[in-house]
Amino acid sequence: MAESARDGILGILRGAARDRDEAAARAAVAERVKGHPRNLVPARGQDAGAKAVDRFIQMATASAATVEVVPNGARVPHAVADYLSAHNLPSRVRVGPDADLSALPWDRRPTLEVLYGPAAPDDLVSVTPALAAVAETGTLMTRSGPGHPTTLNFLPNTHIVVLPVERVVGSYEDAWDMLRAGFTEAAEFPRTVNFITGPSRTADIEQTPQLHAHGPGRLHILLVGDATAPQG
Amino acid sequence: MKSTAHAFPENVSAALRDPQLNKALAKFKAGFPQRRATAVAALPEFEALRDEGKRIKDHALAHLDLYLEMFEANVVARGGHVHWARTAAEAREIVLKLCRDAGARMVTKGKSMVSEEVGLNTALEAAGLEVVETDLGEYILQIRKEAPSHIIAPALHLSKEQVADDFRRIHTHLPHDRQLTEPADILTEARVLLRDKFLQADVGITGANFLIAETGSTVIVTNEGNGDLTQTLPKTHIVLTSIEKVVPTLEDVSTLLRLLARSATGQEFSTYTTFSTGPRRPGDLDGPEAFHVVLVDNGRSALLGTEMQEVLRCIRCGACMNHCPVYHAVGGHAYGWVYPGPIGAVVDPAILGIKEAGHLPNASTFCGKCESVCPVRIPLPKLMRHWREKEFEANLQPAWMRQGLKTWAWFAKRPALYGAGARVAMAALGLAGRRRGRFGMLPLAGGWTSQRDFPAPQGRTFQDLYASRKGRTHG
Ligand code: SF4
Repeated sequence: MAESARDGILGILRGAARDRDEAAARAAVAERVKGHPRNLVPARGQDAGAKAVDRFIQMATASAATVEVVPNGARVPHAVADYLSAHNLPSRVRVGPDADLSALPWDRRPTLEVLYGPAAPDDLVSVTPALAAVAETGTLMTRSGPGHPTTLNFLPNTHIVVLPVERVVGSYEDAWDMLRAGFTEAAEFPRTVNFITGPSRTADIEQTPQLHAHGPGRLHILLVGDATAPQG
Repeated sequence: MKSTAHAFPENVSAALRDPQLNKALAKFKAGFPQRRATAVAALPEFEALRDEGKRIKDHALAHLDLYLEMFEANVVARGGHVHWARTAAEAREIVLKLCRDAGARMVTKGKSMVSEEVGLNTALEAAGLEVVETDLGEYILQIRKEAPSHIIAPALHLSKEQVADDFRRIHTHLPHDRQLTEPADILTEARVLLRDKFLQADVGITGANFLIAETGSTVIVTNEGNGDLTQTLPKTHIVLTSIEKVVPTLEDVSTLLRLLARSATGQEFSTYTTFSTGPRRPGDLDGPEAFHVVLVDNGRSALLGTEMQEVLRCIRCGACMNHCPVYHAVGGHAYGWVYPGPIGAVVDPAILGIKEAGHLPNASTFCGKCESVCPVRIPLPKLMRHWREKEFEANLQPAWMRQGLKTWAWFAKRPALYGAGARVAMAALGLAGRRRGRFGMLPLAGGWTSQRDFPAPQGRTFQDLYASRKGRTHG
């Protein structure tokens, strides 16, 4: 039987590595993945607490997102409804059926229509949670799962993200630690992890930067809690 | 994609006579290097991160077999499939079969240079599938039936008027006299049109910027969000990528991501970085039901363990071409194949053969700019020189060039004579070129000066300077 492509390729790769100490090589690989040590984390990624929150707001704003701090979850429905009316958007949102978001007192804004589930093609606005917010570049981290379908991050024109201020971390590495901390036997690495930094954009026409390519044209972030209190 | 790398000299002449291209390149060479410089200046650790990036990729390449096996095992453990392709033809066959098995009629695609490399679209279309590129630049090129001219800014050579004409020609369902004067008009039209394609597609094909052994994840980096709609909405997600992209851990990929956007577009971070791991999970409300990764070799494994291995560190950021004076002068199409610029001059001969692509490593001024910006410190000029030597050994250069090099070699081996000769030549050139500081024309060097100016020597020869400096430090 002809050699499989897999065996052929791996055979060449092993041949090229024939001078290495095989036991040591395998041990090095296993150890690196098990320990997953951090490489250099820039100083600006090592902020924590109120400093990290400040940097997150500064960097996210620089990436053309908007950020609003609200004192508690009860204020979220009002912040969402006010944002919609300020942008002349219909009073209707598609919300990820996440336990925390579903528990918010949406009925305090009776004119706001709240639908749950993955994005439908004609949904204009989504509201989703995020697992973490990374200060170093103003980046949100979301993960897929029953309460947070991925389409909500991409199909609607406007994406509103709600997360507690305690989830603002300094670096991508901090965010991975948060994700790993939530792993269980049944649910570990999710199908999709998204890093989102500002609304979608393109510079494909004459190198002219333009917002709103295929993903949302607006990204609004609601940080819930006291942004000035020292955390962590 | 079919190569015209052998016709590089003719391609160059055509490029130099193309006013639209020259206009686009003037904007390009002012914009991209400036944006990178700004982003790099804002991150004091950038140079140290480049060292780390190099180290991570070197480690991954030294254990490539082991990390690929681990990556494969983790994809399979999460319900995905891994396919291996030795050649471009095998890669096309695998993807075509996966599309057929999925009962596909329509396929959307995120940007993938490996897909260009293996000529995937032609093969899928020949089999009767509708294939839609969804990156705005790639979509424009697809309707123009053109190849990308840059690895991250594929339609950089076009004007908005050209694109508007193409949209009027192809989108005949829209009123002919609609407004398409601004980039925003063009973008809006494309967004609306492609939205339907995303929703109708049966299969979504993306590339990958990185593969992660630890988790079995594939990673894409985009600004438009097209890759995410491509891979989230259809029932089947196929990732077409190549074997050198695997890195050990999430921490390692984080370091490389800090380098990628800053080097490529000068952004702090791209808008979307997406990690895909297997198909949708029980309880998930969306996402693909099937997940396939096609690992393409196509000449890469043969570079491992050779003096060319370092090129496998490449993360395809495009910084080398963004800073290359040759690319700035002729653009990407002149190179004649998928990868232009300095990285193309090193990679294309490896994949196409030195006979087809031998001109490319010769199209260099050896100014060293590419190496000075490469985030993973690939010594591109050294590797180009290596191809030149190979070409010389293989006797592929014209006789006059071989004779010239031999004469040079004879002098170079006799330092006293070489020094004297160089001093004479330099004094003469210095006198003759004093007024402008460079030459637009030089006898016997028409091959050089027909495309660029030759700087007039100022002062003493390198050997003289070196000797006097040595005297100063040690004497
Ligand atoms: S060779 Fe270096 S600079 Fe050029 S594309 Fe590759 S990583 Fe970027």
